[in-house]
Amino acid sequence: MKTPLSVIAGLLATPVVAQDNVLTVYTYDSFVTEWGPGPVIEEAFEETCDCDLQFEAAGDGAALLSRLQLEGPRTEADIVLGLDTNLTAAARETSLFAEHGITPDLDLPVDWTDDHFLPFDWGYFAFVGNAKDPAPDSLRALADSDISIVIQDPRSSTPGLGLLMWVKTAYGDAAGALWEDLSDNIVTVTPGWSEAYGLFLEGEADAVLSYTTSPAYHLIAEEDDSKVAWAFDEGHYMQVEVAGKVAGTDVPDLADQFMAFMLTEDFQSAIPTTNWMYPAVVPAGGLPDGFETLIEPDKALLLSPQEAAAKRDAALEEWRAALAR
Amino acid sequence: MARSAGPVAALVVLALIAIPVGAVIRTAGGIAGLGAADWAALRFTVWQALVSAALSVGLAIPVARALARRRFRGRSALITLLGAPFVLPVIVAVMGLLAIFGRAGLVNTVLGGLGLPPVSIYGAHGVILAHVFFNLPLAVRMLLHGWLAIPAERFRVAAQLGQPVGRLLEWPMLRRAVPGAFAVIFLVCTTSFAVALILGGGPQATTLELAIYQAVRFEFDLRGAASLALVQLGVCAVALGALLLVDVPDALGAGLDRTVARWDGAVSRDAAMLAAAALFLALPMGAILLSGVPGLAQMPGSVLLAALRSLAVALLSTGLCMALALAIVTHGRGWSRAVAVVPLSVTALVLGTGLFIVVFPFVRPASVALPVTALMNALFALPFAVRILAAARDDAEAQFGRLADGLALRGWARMRVLILPRIRRPLGFAAGLAAALSMGDLGVITLFASGGQETLPLAMFRLMGAYQTEAASGAALLLVTLSLGLFWLFDRGGRIGAET
Repeated sequence: MKTPLSVIAGLLATPVVAQDNVLTVYTYDSFVTEWGPGPVIEEAFEETCDCDLQFEAAGDGAALLSRLQLEGPRTEADIVLGLDTNLTAAARETSLFAEHGITPDLDLPVDWTDDHFLPFDWGYFAFVGNAKDPAPDSLRALADSDISIVIQDPRSSTPGLGLLMWVKTAYGDAAGALWEDLSDNIVTVTPGWSEAYGLFLEGEADAVLSYTTSPAYHLIAEEDDSKVAWAFDEGHYMQVEVAGKVAGTDVPDLADQFMAFMLTEDFQSAIPTTNWMYPAVVPAGGLPDGFETLIEPDKALLLSPQEAAAKRDAALEEWRAALAR
Repeated sequence: MARSAGPVAALVVLALIAIPVGAVIRTAGGIAGLGAADWAALRFTVWQALVSAALSVGLAIPVARALARRRFRGRSALITLLGAPFVLPVIVAVMGLLAIFGRAGLVNTVLGGLGLPPVSIYGAHGVILAHVFFNLPLAVRMLLHGWLAIPAERFRVAAQLGQPVGRLLEWPMLRRAVPGAFAVIFLVCTTSFAVALILGGGPQATTLELAIYQAVRFEFDLRGAASLALVQLGVCAVALGALLLVDVPDALGAGLDRTVARWDGAVSRDAAMLAAAALFLALPMGAILLSGVPGLAQMPGSVLLAALRSLAVALLSTGLCMALALAIVTHGRGWSRAVAVVPLSVTALVLGTGLFIVVFPFVRPASVALPVTALMNALFALPFAVRILAAARDDAEAQFGRLADGLALRGWARMRVLILPRIRRPLGFAAGLAAALSMGDLGVITLFASGGQETLPLAMFRLMGAYQTEAASGAALLLVTLSLGLFWLFDRGGRIGAET
């Protein structure tokens, strides 16, 4: 008999899963939504592996690493997918990751030599604004203008941290001065990407820190060409998203198989129009229609994981001091 | 119900806080000292919470008085609306406020049309505005209960003798009700995070909660997180200590247990207060409604499933919360009631992290995500429930306790015959609040849930993170409707035949 109580209990319970041949992949939230790459990739991999691929979503990239550290060596994760190069130095220090043993052939604007982490996609950070508005051509021009922007907090968001590194890489010791000039452009600072992008779409600011690929979403999924990313003379800082194999995995062969699968056509072709980033290996058919309209920065900026980790605290302090006036 | 139920419930609450916080400290291997940035965060946190609480309660006094002494069409709907902002998920409420006060919002559109310069909501004043939006209604409801608890006979006597109602009746009631309302709202505001950051405009509006988020989620600095959590508990202890110092006993005595129609005060001023409060609350709510309607059709089926899950969590959580609260207010002594307020100042992040550490060696955290969420939500709603129920229960006991003793009413019979009918109104309100708070919660679940245990707020947040802004607005509207619906059902249940 279905009493109200049993219905409630049913909704609260979680089905028990068989543990054999299960590959558990920890990733960030947006990866596993219906629009994200998760469902497509799960289906494609399960066709080749005779296994059960299970995604477990844990916030964003940084939260993902915290979650893994909280669980320690007992973690059920076999793969962690969705860290970026600002996090890999800390990730490597945990000793929770194994080497991937793959010599990849990647289509990245920078060389890749990391033996623990493999990229699955990448993008350039950029300010995204409306096509009808005048576009500044550099961070400096933006700071000198009265254009309003929304950014994310580098203390709680990976794009926020990306912008911090962008300014630091482009301006070095003058980064603090640039932040001071930028401070009157900043309408507000949000905890994460979602809130910032939402504010921009609601018209709260002229532009938002996002990716050069964001306009592709509006163009392809919404047939809306009103959003553009601004190309800046200083170059654009990159976000390279990576995955790593967990050292203590109980299905090492399956994990290796997944790492290799990650760079194949089936995985990579899903990335552009689900994760809205550039695939780490361009599929044979090229990028989807619409991607050719995106700006392509002349200069790609990226700190090595070690440099990024070393510069972070000082850059954060500079940012806080300049904006907290 | 056994006499020990109160202390036992209080000990359960204490254990649910102490064990997770202890687990975090143990895992961290100690606590760390506070840096300069942490002290700045503490100062800002306390300052904005004091101002927000003072404004919320200060503005609530005339609004509650107007509601207490006027009868008009739509009064009941207005009282339900008053419950709404408080139970909204933060990001939804912020979007609603921005639709009115934001750069492209209604106010600036009107100002622009009149050729006036725009006003900016971003800054400390924006944070306070949002906190007043959230908490003014809560303060109004808490004070309204105070007004309606003044025995009708007292008003008649005051009128016959031509004595001032304000000084003789209302002031003593406020003296008793305001400190508690102020303390609760102060504590709610000390754990503010997203509101403070989004509307605060940048790092100058950093709260302790953001520092904790940074430590827990971004840097995995459990030492830092543990010490910041202890600082929050310290702030709570100071606030509770101050509250005990100013707490005064009821001086109005018993009446015949009926409310009365009032005649004093200027109608026009009450009407203006009510209209202003209603507009301030209704406009952002209306904006949420308008922006959500187009998105309803775009919500994926999984959102509906998440909604069902959230409803189940909310009902379970309400049951737990009411059981704990009734045990504490009926059988608990002063310390039990003081303990019940502590959950207000522990952040879901630290508590969730601690629980994660505790359960991880035994079960897959994801497999207990929803029960744990329901339990935590019950804990977070408990301070409100106890605060709301305590005064009503004490009044009932003070006024009719001896009669009940004479009739040898004990245990469940006393609860059923004496207490429950008399605290029905606040009980309905407290249950509604607990249910709605649980519906809108986006705390512990983010740490525990994997794909299959999404609640509605989490589903909404994930839609926002996947460019699905319209569908997210639809989910927000669904969430608001369900939260308010639950709130209305419980609250209405408590108010049938009553005048609040």
